[in-house]
Amino acid sequence: MTARTGRLVADDIRVAFRPAQRNAAPAIALDGLSLDVGGGEIVALIGPNGCGKSTFLRVAAGLLRPERGRVTLDGVGVTAPDPRIGLVFQEPRLLPWRSVADNVTYPLELAGWSRERRAARLAELLPVVGLEAAAALRPVQLSGGMRQRAAIARALVLAPDVLLLDEPFSALDALTRERFNLDLLGLQERTGTSILIVTHSIPEAILVADRVVVMTPRPGRVAAEVRITAPRPRSLALLDEALTSRAAAEIRAHLELGEPVG
Amino acid sequence: MSADPGTIAVGGTPLALGRSLVGLWPIGAAFAAFVIVWKLVVVVSGLPEFILPAPEVVGARLVEAWADGTIAPHAWTTFVEVVLGFTLGAGFGLAVGYALARSVLIERFLSPYLVAAQAVPILALAPLLALWFGPGLLAKVVICGLIVFFPLTIATMVGIRSVDRGLLELGRSLRASRRQVLCTLEIPAALPAILGGLRVGVTLAVVGAIVGEWAGADRGLGVLVNLARGSLFDIPLLFATLATIALLGIACYVVVVLVERRLVGLR
Ligand SMILES: Nc1ncnc2c1ncn2[C@@H]1O[C@H](COP(=O)(O)OP(=O)(O)OP(=O)(O)O)[C@@H](O)[C@H]1O
Ligand SMILES: [Mg+2]
Repeated sequence: MTARTGRLVADDIRVAFRPAQRNAAPAIALDGLSLDVGGGEIVALIGPNGCGKSTFLRVAAGLLRPERGRVTLDGVGVTAPDPRIGLVFQEPRLLPWRSVADNVTYPLELAGWSRERRAARLAELLPVVGLEAAAALRPVQLSGGMRQRAAIARALVLAPDVLLLDEPFSALDALTRERFNLDLLGLQERTGTSILIVTHSIPEAILVADRVVVMTPRPGRVAAEVRITAPRPRSLALLDEALTSRAAAEIRAHLELGEPVG
Repeated sequence: MSADPGTIAVGGTPLALGRSLVGLWPIGAAFAAFVIVWKLVVVVSGLPEFILPAPEVVGARLVEAWADGTIAPHAWTTFVEVVLGFTLGAGFGLAVGYALARSVLIERFLSPYLVAAQAVPILALAPLLALWFGPGLLAKVVICGLIVFFPLTIATMVGIRSVDRGLLELGRSLRASRRQVLCTLEIPAALPAILGGLRVGVTLAVVGAIVGEWAGADRGLGVLVNLARGSLFDIPLLFATLATIALLGIACYVVVVLVERRLVGLR
């Protein structure tokens, strides 16, 4: 196997939000979070609502400067948005006045690609997310799941080394969701991209991830890491194996144990 | 085409045109009702022609005055004032509205003056502006621009402020430059609000031009209103001029609405 790039390391991250009222204490979203996503690895991030998962992704994407700690990509500090990092927000955030095609190629347009190159890249990418038939539609004409797929395609369009996904499949029905989990594995196989995926679904985490990182409630830290040893390529049959129920029980125990707000 | 008028035309355009004309029937009906009520008032009240002329008298005078060149030069002058004043006022309104939306400091500095200037009636300011800028085109353009400026400033400010923060963050994550953020995010997102301001502004532009002409001019529809009422004492001409002013306002408004359809109709 070739040497892979795309190793994302977060070290001792602390993020505090200034409170709405003058005298209130600052809201500490993350405190001492350290995380390592190896090149080509898929890591699932799981934790209760409001524990700082989305906040961490914003830090990792260079959108939010932490109060303490730092994030590096292949050893270089991430202090500003970086084209080697693709981020899919928790909401699709499509531009309502653009077609699906123009939304997906929007990053290319900003980066100054010519119309022909944009069209070529689009033709490559739409089948990956199954949106060939929807290219000309506007976001309002799409279902929630299609919107999320369009947002994923937009994050993939610049072929990033690291993909940060914030609950990307939450709007999909159960069967489509499982298919997308397998597609994500296939995508990782083909592109070698490292993936950090936030999810609330324990089976999803086990199915796609090499490692599941469980976070504590706010202020968020890593409570535990559970390694999923099942070999790749994986199939849905994995969900029925004893290994899965053992891992699921372990993750659930860590989620329940997570210390309350400090 | 040899087909009788009842046949549906083949090809998209005639059919689409027919359909949009059919869609316009309420406008025609409203206009007919207006004319009928007007005629009824004239007949029932028996008011003399120099107080309220009948619609057909005004209609005939309107056609005649356009045909013999009484109205046209005045209308052209007012039209030029409206176009220039609207462009000037809208241009400044867009720029200032954007600055107000994006800078708290500028808003703190400017908003008291903006509100104060808006609170002073333009009618009171017009003679002063006419004194400063002379009897020519410039004074009218300035007055017209001033009256357009305020609604556009507010509409732009509100529109830019309402741009989804999530989209701005998306732009940041894709390392969009300031200009790219402006052109691909802020302007498209604020466009509906801005076009709303343009609709208000364009009708006010006509008002501004007439007010400016009243404060001192030798040509324009506002001047013609005064002439018809005063030295000419031609009340049907006065009404015909008012109708021309109304038509000018409607025409400008329709242009803005068509631009709006084209720009945001597909959303
Ligand atoms: N801009 C902000 N200003 C103030 N507080 C914030 C801000 N963004 C997030 N927070 C707070 O930080 C904490 C973490 O928020 P975050 O969105 O990262 O949670 P999350 O783990 O993604 O939750 P969920 O599972 O619901 O998506 C929350 O308590 C939230 O109230
Ligand atoms: Mg979140």
